[in-house]
Amino acid sequence: MSQDRLLSPQWLSIALGLLLIGCAGPKPGETGTDTPAKAGSSAIQGEEVAVLTDAPNVPPPIERKHATKVIVNLEVKEAEAELADGVKYTFWTFGGKVPGKFIRIREGDFVEFHLANHPSSKMPHNIDLHAVTGPGGGAHASFTAPGHETTFSFAAINPGLYVYHCATAPVGMHIANGMYGLILVEPKEGLPKVDREFYVMQSEFYTRGDYGRRGLQPFSMEKAIQEKADYVVFNGSVGAMAGDNAVQAKVGETVRLFVGNGGPNLVSSFHVIGEIFDTVYSEGGTTKNHHVQTTLVPAGGSAITEFKVEVPGSLILVDHSIFRAFNKGAIGMIKVEGEENKDIYSGKLNDAVYHGEGGAIQSMPDGKAPTAPVAKSKEDRIRLGQALFKQHCVACHLDAGQGIPNVFPPLAKSDYLNADPLRGASAVVNGLSGKVTVNGAVYDSVMPKLQVSDEEAANVITYVLNNFGNKGGEVTPEQVKKVRK
Amino acid sequence: MRAWLWLLCLTGLAWSAPGLIEVKGGRFTPLYSLEQGPNQQPRSVVVKPFQIQSKAVTNQDYLEFVTENPQWRRSRVATVFVESNYLKHWQSDLAFEPGLAHRPVVFVSWFAARAYCQARGLRLPTILEWEFVGLASERHEDGQADRDFQKRILDWYSRPARLDLPEVSDTFRNVYGVYGLHGVIWEWVDDFQSVMLSGEGREGGGLDRALYCAAGVSGSANPQDYAGYMRYAFRSSLQGRYCLANLGFRCAQGDPSTKGRRR
Repeated sequence: MSQDRLLSPQWLSIALGLLLIGCAGPKPGETGTDTPAKAGSSAIQGEEVAVLTDAPNVPPPIERKHATKVIVNLEVKEAEAELADGVKYTFWTFGGKVPGKFIRIREGDFVEFHLANHPSSKMPHNIDLHAVTGPGGGAHASFTAPGHETTFSFAAINPGLYVYHCATAPVGMHIANGMYGLILVEPKEGLPKVDREFYVMQSEFYTRGDYGRRGLQPFSMEKAIQEKADYVVFNGSVGAMAGDNAVQAKVGETVRLFVGNGGPNLVSSFHVIGEIFDTVYSEGGTTKNHHVQTTLVPAGGSAITEFKVEVPGSLILVDHSIFRAFNKGAIGMIKVEGEENKDIYSGKLNDAVYHGEGGAIQSMPDGKAPTAPVAKSKEDRIRLGQALFKQHCVACHLDAGQGIPNVFPPLAKSDYLNADPLRGASAVVNGLSGKVTVNGAVYDSVMPKLQVSDEEAANVITYVLNNFGNKGGEVTPEQVKKVRK
Repeated sequence: MRAWLWLLCLTGLAWSAPGLIEVKGGRFTPLYSLEQGPNQQPRSVVVKPFQIQSKAVTNQDYLEFVTENPQWRRSRVATVFVESNYLKHWQSDLAFEPGLAHRPVVFVSWFAARAYCQARGLRLPTILEWEFVGLASERHEDGQADRDFQKRILDWYSRPARLDLPEVSDTFRNVYGVYGLHGVIWEWVDDFQSVMLSGEGREGGGLDRALYCAAGVSGSANPQDYAGYMRYAFRSSLQGRYCLANLGFRCAQGDPSTKGRRR
């Protein structure tokens, strides 16, 4: 076919006609309530304002059986808040917090989206919703100067769990500063009923100072480009979902997690310690996978996970790229209360000596068993204790004994330890569970007892007492023996 | 020349004197430009010599302007030229809190800024002029290699807007002697809409996409110039009648045409 034929008026009008038919959304300028009826396959009935929630809360399931016009009002605000204990950061937010408000709509709904940019904002902002079919996901249409509000509309054609984020240049920085959230487009038939739903969004932060450096920390462009995150967190800050902020469930209940990953760079290996996902809607779509231990959540992507909680205790949410969990903050918690069920999980039944080579007593060829070093002085104790500390303690209490807020109490400048060092010794040899208050913060978790001798426990506690700003002193093996249960 | 103007300024012979600084111009590559090379990379351009006010226009300066030009007073201004929050921080048509006198005027539209400069026999600087003089750090005309300088600019962009602005002379002074180009307010430029979208101009060219997502990188001169991205993004979010809490201006003088630039 020649070029001329293609461009002839008849062809043009046919092509235009096809374009108009194919166009799912309303034409520009047609935002009245009578036109959106064309938007989805089913007719739009009525109008409502979307309920928006902050993490970890999720708006209630949609009960209606028809599509409607949904008005979403979202405000962009730049605000200073805590990123970790004593660490401040200037967040750019959708709705005042990180992650942004959770938006819940139904497949076929027609959304009128209002994006307001607070007058105190320094930057223009916009929103790219991955649930939008159209150029930029709404980014062009929602580009908003400080102190202004823009409006655009879209039809929710595809069901699924979608990330939204700011897409104003420099995009990486807008996302790195906290501009992301989730929008759920519920399928027409709805999601299966569950007892609890939570909103969990992972993301990482790049700060001028390293992890834990106090004060207002500016964004580090260098680290962001190198993808060297200082913080990897759930719901916007270290401990946002742990300790007192843990979410709750009861034995026998079903739990659904809407999991998103704002990035900007890292892919999450999302895992819940002590659970198996009965169902995962992979990548937030409609494909269901069952019996999943860890699911990948891409940056700018999502997953829906469902599981039934069978036994009481704390379930720990982690990014199983595990140093992110224990060293960068990617820890969340679901506290499950209810009756023990020994048929499913017994707890520790027995702790007996294990002879790797069989039950018979063995001896080394030269007849001498290697003996553990015994400290002859306090200095010895501190030296020997240091090695033990690195072996046993650092994983949770971290290398400077600073702990992880709301999860693992600090050993550094610890009022709990200094008031009675034998409490520390007891925790080492007997374990510790339940509430303790350390430096004014309440910790409610479990420390397992360590398989160490009285001598070793005495050495490690003495080491801790003489380091990390603690008061000094010495604990002897005899004292440990007395507290051992 | 400079000394003479300063003298005028000090003796009050000119209205709050223009305080113009000579910038000799030169060749540089802007982050974005209408003028593009083979791979849609911006071409370097030559900025002709021009003069720019050493300090942003203050509330006191602006008060003199509206006193002489009643059509720009808050109660009389045509609403096609300004939004309803025009001079919102003033108490009335001709009054503001005394402490504001030497602080930059904000909540002014592009139309208003342009009228002010015209009334003074001046004009708004172009994007290229502003970006050219904005390259300068305390010690170098081209501060792009000074990471510390770049970091400071970025830090300011990262913080929320403040309402308690510093006095114009109490700000960062670059090697030309121009104060407060970074770290105080955003500033209007004459052709703020020329490098890309705004309102109806949105579907005009390929550049409108430049500031969204990854497309931005391919069309820009230096993908790591994040501060530059922010300025271009900010300008492109504006319309001529917008009045914002952190947006002011200063005037310039000279023939603004640049080599290799479409007029």
